[in-house]
Amino acid sequence: MLGVVRKKMLGQSLLKIRPAVSMLRSYSSAAKQMTVRDALNSALDEEMSADQKVFLMGEEVGEYQGAYKISKGLLEKYGPERVLDTPITEAGFAGIAVGAAYHGLKPVVEFMTFNFSMQAIDHIINSAAKSNYMSAGQMSVPIVFRGPNGAAAGVGAQHSQCYAAWYASCPGLKVLTPYSSEDARGLLKAAIRDPDPVVFLENELLYGESFSVSDEVLDSSFCLPIGKAKIERVGRDVTITAFSKMVGHALKAAEILEKDGIDAEVINLRSIRPLDRSTINASVRKTNRLITVEEGFPQHGVGAEICASVVEESFAYLDAPVERIAGADVPMPYAANLERLAVPQVEDIVRAVKRACYRSVPLAAAA
Amino acid sequence: MALSYLRSSSSRSVNLLKPLSSSLPLRRPISTDTTPITVETSVPFTSHQCDAPSRSVETNPKELLTFFRDMALMRRMEIAADSLYKAKLIRGFCHLYDGQEAVAVGMEAAVTKKDCIITAYRDHCTFIGRGGTLLEVFAELMGRQAGCSKGKGGSMHFYKKDSNFYGGHGIVGAQVPLGCGLAFAQKYSKDETVTFALYGDGAANQGQLFEALNISALWDLPAILVCENNHYGMGTAEWRAAKSPAYYKRGDYVPGLKVDGMDALAVKQACKFAKEHALKNGPIILEMDTYRYHGHSMSDPGSTYRTRDEISGVRQERDPIERIRKLILSHDLATEKELKDIEKEVRKEVDDTITQAKESPMPEPSELFTNVYAKGLGVESFGADRKEVRATLP
Repeated sequence: MLGVVRKKMLGQSLLKIRPAVSMLRSYSSAAKQMTVRDALNSALDEEMSADQKVFLMGEEVGEYQGAYKISKGLLEKYGPERVLDTPITEAGFAGIAVGAAYHGLKPVVEFMTFNFSMQAIDHIINSAAKSNYMSAGQMSVPIVFRGPNGAAAGVGAQHSQCYAAWYASCPGLKVLTPYSSEDARGLLKAAIRDPDPVVFLENELLYGESFSVSDEVLDSSFCLPIGKAKIERVGRDVTITAFSKMVGHALKAAEILEKDGIDAEVINLRSIRPLDRSTINASVRKTNRLITVEEGFPQHGVGAEICASVVEESFAYLDAPVERIAGADVPMPYAANLERLAVPQVEDIVRAVKRACYRSVPLAAAA
Repeated sequence: MALSYLRSSSSRSVNLLKPLSSSLPLRRPISTDTTPITVETSVPFTSHQCDAPSRSVETNPKELLTFFRDMALMRRMEIAADSLYKAKLIRGFCHLYDGQEAVAVGMEAAVTKKDCIITAYRDHCTFIGRGGTLLEVFAELMGRQAGCSKGKGGSMHFYKKDSNFYGGHGIVGAQVPLGCGLAFAQKYSKDETVTFALYGDGAANQGQLFEALNISALWDLPAILVCENNHYGMGTAEWRAAKSPAYYKRGDYVPGLKVDGMDALAVKQACKFAKEHALKNGPIILEMDTYRYHGHSMSDPGSTYRTRDEISGVRQERDPIERIRKLILSHDLATEKELKDIEKEVRKEVDDTITQAKESPMPEPSELFTNVYAKGLGVESFGADRKEVRATLP
């Protein structure tokens, strides 16, 4: 698995760490490259093949092959009864999908972006998330709502919001945020198999990125556990939590910090609800410093919850205040320079880490 | 109006008319006589984009007596709920169905438990129609363990999945796309069954209804949208809320039928017709012209937006139970006393069940954390003071 290979690497040579992709190419004999897009497509394909009850519904998922080509080839393979093009009526088709889930099917609903999910949010929260509870277990809702979330490039204020914090605050939902192709495959398969409603937040800018995947990941039975974060990079001096695209930023920041003798641990959350508080807290108890990174609006965001959790569970272990890096507290502007200021950049993460480290000499420098 | 019926054999009549003796069990056996009787509906059906079904409805003594007993039970149940609410044993919202009973019983007579029904929050009687028990109703209303949702749902969230009753929904209009989704699943699984999605005249203006209807018509889903038009959306009369209150026509390209919702036999005929239609041709709308005696909910006296004369007028002219009573009496299927005895039995049944329901305990505190997920993954959840109350989700 990726994590294991990297840990061995760190033991050998701290200063020769190269980006995850090329490193693995040289060390893993089974490493193939797979884009996140292909990872999602293959996961959908395999789950639809394995279970007749799984079907896909959304705008342009069929004949158009998917607005972002995630569902390419599925209409040809499974036919129009299982891959359904809907009219542009999110409230209607999300409600229909939840009703189908009530009656035992396993719908995968695609929102062209999660900005449009707001039109259907009543069905996600009131019809899906709360039903199992209100019915004392009679009505489980095995549905997946998936699609791109957060900022793309230059798409403006109405098409750039991150919904992780909103959905993750609601009991009854599971909220997943894949980063790599392994995440995309494993978490989407887990989501489809899970009997509860899952909000699956992808990222448009990650669709085209390639990651190494082992044979294990490529196997059709591959599945990742829901609710478990992944330590992408082990470190000793500071913990950086991130999800989705920001994981890539955090890893780049860690490389830069390496040169300054700061050894950062990067946690890929993978699951915002349930949040893997034990992995986060265990890491902070080791490093004593925490930076949370997210793309979405800062107020009441994911970082706020992580900070509160760490203050509650591991206060005595903190050597510095928790730092939050988040999207700017403004609607997303269009002009390229303003857009750049509205979204976290690698240098923002580096700066925050250095702030968190100023009180004592980082242990890594003693190596 | 021509009434034709086969006179039941004299021995059967004699049995029916025999006075109850004290040695008979408390529950009077409903007549098992299934000799067909044909009855005309109160008014003919009005149709939109389809041919209306016949006004002549096939029924039989057993069915009529069942209608009578079931509606009397529902009526008594709702009135008892009114008292319990005023006694503060029921809290929050309580939306009562008395006056509309014919829709629930007529529909059940036309369908099977494999067909699906979904409705909004005025769901107590629909739940009973689907086979729910009085105990489950009263216990749920009082928030007790014996309730159909174990006390965690309340008045608006009754479900009975094993008889394909899908609730029980508090958000006005949301149940209509959900119902079309049930129909989608039925078609997907090739079940040859249909879904009845009930909504009110208030919900009839919801956009999501038209979104779901569009998709249902495009995909030929066996969805029957049933507008229970009791003429008031909370306190707003239909003519103040809808530019066109001809709800059965609002489907445009989707056929519709207007039905006297106070006539259980008309409801039965319409639902039978709709089921046949939906299985062959996709969605259809039924508008049930009905009336609720209570206000919108227990906090609404129901008289600020309509006159008491209107309410008592409907009670006198169109009450669904009285209609069936007259039908039974005019066909000599039972005596007045026998019908009154049924009502007394029903009243006792309701009172006894309430006593039983009051004995059911409130849920254990640990139930706060159950059923959040179907598959809890051993995740932690928290009470108001998370350092004090934590739980692992099962």
